[in-house]
Amino acid sequence: MLVEAGHFALALALGLSLIQFVVPLWGARANDPVLMRVAPATALAVLACVGFAFVALTAAYVTSDFSVLNVVENSHSTKPLIYKISGVWGNHEGSMLLWVLILALFGAVVAVSKNTVPARLQANTLAVQAAITFAFLLFILTASNPFTRVMPAPGEGQDLNPLLQDPGLAIHPPLLYVGYVGFSISFAFACAALIDGRIDAVWARIVRPWTLTAWAFLTLGIAMGSYWAYYELGWGGWWFWDPVENASLMPWLAGTALVHSTVVMEKRDALKVWTILLAILTFSLSLLGTFLVRSGVLTSVHSFAVDPARGSFILGILIVFIGGSFALFAWRAPLLRQGGLFAPVSREGALVLNNLFLATACATVFIGTLYPLALEVLTGEKISVGAPFFNFTFLPLIIPLLLLLPFGQTLAWKRGNFLGTAQRLYAASGLAILVTLAVLAFTAGGPVAAPLGVGLGVFLILGSLNEIASRSWSKGSPWAVVWRKAAGLPRSTWGTALAHAGVGVTVIGIAATAWGVESLGTMKVGDRLKAGSYEIRLERLLPRVEANYREDVAILMVSRNGQELGNLETMKRLYLTRGMPTTEAGIMTVGLGQVYASLGEIQPDGSIGMRLYYKPLVLLIWLGALVMAAGGAISLTDRRLRIGTPVRAKTLSAASVAAE
Amino acid sequence: MRFVLALIAALLASGSAYAVQPDEVLKDPVLEHRARDISSGLRCLVCQNQSIDDSDATLAKDLRLLVRERLSAGDTDEQVRTFLVQRYGEFVLLKPTFGAHTFLLWLTPALVLVLGGFGAYAALRRRPRTVAALDKAEQEALDALLKRDQDAL
Repeated sequence: MLVEAGHFALALALGLSLIQFVVPLWGARANDPVLMRVAPATALAVLACVGFAFVALTAAYVTSDFSVLNVVENSHSTKPLIYKISGVWGNHEGSMLLWVLILALFGAVVAVSKNTVPARLQANTLAVQAAITFAFLLFILTASNPFTRVMPAPGEGQDLNPLLQDPGLAIHPPLLYVGYVGFSISFAFACAALIDGRIDAVWARIVRPWTLTAWAFLTLGIAMGSYWAYYELGWGGWWFWDPVENASLMPWLAGTALVHSTVVMEKRDALKVWTILLAILTFSLSLLGTFLVRSGVLTSVHSFAVDPARGSFILGILIVFIGGSFALFAWRAPLLRQGGLFAPVSREGALVLNNLFLATACATVFIGTLYPLALEVLTGEKISVGAPFFNFTFLPLIIPLLLLLPFGQTLAWKRGNFLGTAQRLYAASGLAILVTLAVLAFTAGGPVAAPLGVGLGVFLILGSLNEIASRSWSKGSPWAVVWRKAAGLPRSTWGTALAHAGVGVTVIGIAATAWGVESLGTMKVGDRLKAGSYEIRLERLLPRVEANYREDVAILMVSRNGQELGNLETMKRLYLTRGMPTTEAGIMTVGLGQVYASLGEIQPDGSIGMRLYYKPLVLLIWLGALVMAAGGAISLTDRRLRIGTPVRAKTLSAASVAAE
Repeated sequence: MRFVLALIAALLASGSAYAVQPDEVLKDPVLEHRARDISSGLRCLVCQNQSIDDSDATLAKDLRLLVRERLSAGDTDEQVRTFLVQRYGEFVLLKPTFGAHTFLLWLTPALVLVLGGFGAYAALRRRPRTVAALDKAEQEALDALLKRDQDAL
């Protein structure tokens, strides 16, 4: 019953989103405040309906209702409760429902922020948002319904893919989706501005928190996914340039550019047309990512052709929204007036350069991901584009960008002085060079790239803090004054410094991977294996049985230079329902580095294959991402975002809307 | 979620993740290092976007052994790659060669950077560099204001 109610709620949401699309748009054109006010009300109703549908599906999972096909295919009665819940979005249908739920959630937040968003802009934005919701709801209801019943109901489910039975899965997709879908709001605002033909610094101020929120979540989502792949896959890599990863990296790069260009627009009223284009591009890339993953086109062009229903539908959505928004852009963008003059050497100029590099990096990932598909479709020729290509093309674009970052952050607005800026960075660059030389000397004979990378990271961190220091510290002033000044700086300044320092932290972590050591061996109980200064001894091998899997556990004693650090367990699991094996790596964190052991085949004579890594400073890769996201969060609490635009009293604003 | 699906696909194709086996490793560390280097640039043909160095598929193992065999026989790195391309086609290379069929792939980053840079520069140039001068009435108004301030002092 609840399942049918959930299904019905989705259909109701479909109808409501159609109303939310048509009526406010009409209202904005006809200057009718009553029609425009339909938008927030329907947005809340859509959220209620989609939320109810989501709860209904979750309930079916929690109670193991095997009369629902989706539950049969992805759940099992013995599965732990947390994976019953996370299993809701661990499959195609459920994840699309989560997608739409987040879309509706964002729409509802726009709907309730009526004090900060002008009514016209709100109506148009929610209308565009509703169009997206409508398209995806239609997709769910016609091509991927999670509420399909199965008759007769089987007694037991087929279990969730074992790889997905991990706490990482519980949080990774929601984080990623909040990021992806969050950019739909920037997109909707951009389309609304184009429809209205009006865009100004107020627009930028309204859009910036949304973009920043989406960006911060996408950052966390990608980092989480990366860490999850690192510990779950068992060969210690953290980024594989997989098309599926690239699908999330592209919107991140474009979104990072967008976060920066909205700053210019908000502060200086410049780069308007570009910012609008970027907002459209960023969400288009999110849609493209959804298409790439959902259609199966990545696995093979042929698998897409064999079962084209879902793929074609999403491709249709892609064409309508990307094509439509670009057409709107081509038609209306010439109406937007440019403002805000600036010299090439200025903070604005630096941010243009930032956007240029990020956009190029994004284009590189785009062409690398899609070129093999296009080539195969057009000529039938098959090529592979993998990590070596991306490392070769992506790094030369990112490294100059990072080297210039502290300069850009220090340059003055409007008209800057490069030499003066370089002078202000003397201390930071001097220290960074010293660190590089010291590390080079200390690790003589090792890889040269690593110390250079560490130096770059240090430069980024110091360069970011330099901004804070130079604005609060002056020679001879007492610490209390310095502290008060630093605390009094705008939160967005702190956020910027922190986010950029986070980039530096990640860069150090990545550079340090070059110092990682790896060793392979066959071990029997009592044998030792060494990687760098770390050594493991195989203590015991034992079988273990859990509710839904069986595993062989290798218990290892880790020691460093003969000093014992503790036990480590690495497992080979067999999930019983699907008969699928997985490897669980054993990881011991020592400081910021990790000892990583991964169990291989167990031979009949009782010896085991073992892979052992020591990865110094590896945690910095993901800690840096956390710091970046924290920077975004702090920036969100900035006073000007909290307070919002001044609005007139309620009675007046209604009258003024009517008079417009 | 995108991740998840790649992982599933990768793992379905390759079984559990465990790549180079201890018994494959060459005695000569220099040769082994070269073998690892070449392997990480070769695609496991039956997997999704995995190098033979990372994959546990039987084919990947065969290719790893083949690479080591050729190296032990005295081939250069380039000869090993050419040999594999002749056998399996260019699909086996994770970094495609530059040619008529890939020039767009290789040149796009540079093209976007150059054209984008040029576009940004042109857009900056097109803008008026200086703010328009004040006309007579504005100048008089400004003078009057300044004078009033001075008088007030």
